[in-house]
Amino acid sequence: MSNIASRGYSNADKLVSTEWVAAHLNDDSVRIVESNEDPLLYPSGHIPGAVEVDWVKDLNDPLRRDYLGKAGFEALASRIGITPETTVIFYGDKSNWWATYALWVFELFNHSNAKIMDGGRLKWAEEGRELTREKPSISPTSYSAPERDDSRIRAFRDGVLQHTQSNGQLVDVRSPGEFSGEKLHMEGYPQEGAVRGGHIPGASSVPWSRAANDDGTFKNAAELRGIYLDEIGLNPAQPTIAYCRIGERSSHTWFVLTNLLGFADVRNYDGSWTEWGNSVGLPIEK
Amino acid sequence: MADYPPVLQEYLDDFDFVTSREERVDFLISIADEFESVPATVASKPYDEAQRVIGCESEAFVWALDRDDGTLDFYFDVLNPQGLSAMAMSAILDRSCSGAPLEQVAAINGEVVFTFFGKDISMGKGRGLTELVNAVVYQARQRLKSA
Repeated sequence: MSNIASRGYSNADKLVSTEWVAAHLNDDSVRIVESNEDPLLYPSGHIPGAVEVDWVKDLNDPLRRDYLGKAGFEALASRIGITPETTVIFYGDKSNWWATYALWVFELFNHSNAKIMDGGRLKWAEEGRELTREKPSISPTSYSAPERDDSRIRAFRDGVLQHTQSNGQLVDVRSPGEFSGEKLHMEGYPQEGAVRGGHIPGASSVPWSRAANDDGTFKNAAELRGIYLDEIGLNPAQPTIAYCRIGERSSHTWFVLTNLLGFADVRNYDGSWTEWGNSVGLPIEK
Repeated sequence: MADYPPVLQEYLDDFDFVTSREERVDFLISIADEFESVPATVASKPYDEAQRVIGCESEAFVWALDRDDGTLDFYFDVLNPQGLSAMAMSAILDRSCSGAPLEQVAAINGEVVFTFFGKDISMGKGRGLTELVNAVVYQARQRLKSA
């Protein structure tokens, strides 16, 4: 189904189509941002006018395990030429896995005027739309950001522990093998493992990619409700925490629950299994 | 310990001179641009799963065909159209290892991936590309064993 508005999402405004992006390539109020895992993709060809935000280099603190701070975000925003009023459209590889991650980080700085291009880079390319290697000339802007707000959509270890002790809703978006404890890391990511396998007690397993169709677009609301409400029994009115290995796959699920299904209070636990499974004394279920 | 294939060593030496991320990326893209998929005379889709590189998310496949001189011709395909890194690595391996002495191919360490792609490549990419190198090395070692 290509018409986003007809898919029944609670906030369909958080998604735009490839057609919409194509029609706004020269819109000064819009900045298109590509965010990928593969660093070769953007330079090899991107949507005309799009800038790149690298998930490691741009979004993370270079030293501590944390995201960039206020000054770092202001510098990033200036580099990509946005103001607080700019509509930022994220897209990328792997069914927008990294694009939703970038959007989630932008939300930490209250830049909520951000959307995802449904289907991401793959859909744009497969539709035969233009890709260019020409880097856009961006005039730096002045962006006054608030301090990063970790209280609203980010979960920390102690909060997750309290949440699980009070039988709160948890979604483990890793692969079934990681959830069961059979694997200590995601296939292909051995250094992002943990000394203990399993999952946080009470968590339900829904691998993040179940929310996406084969072409990278999001499933419609009825299909998503079938997974998250009917299948694992989540209550949209109750606080929910999503986690994975380092918090990137779970940002995709955070986006789905928050924006497509209208859950009231969803947090992404970015410490995720690399913190929980390596911590001393935390409860684990297999 | 055997030397690496001379062409591979040349690539490694060239990448040692890379000083910026941008230069590295441009270099790799230019290599990826010259990637050629396995010809239909060697393999056609759907490919035999035995040729798949396990752990490579870009869905890379590797074939090794014997030459009369006892060396191997390597062929590759990358099914993910966005698997640019895998295409670049495949192109390097094709040019370096096809026709190279098996002892030299068998001696290649998967860590060469990080000379080409840098140490800040994601864990998943690093692992997948290393497995691609290992798949080539495995073929050379198998031939040496059976020789």
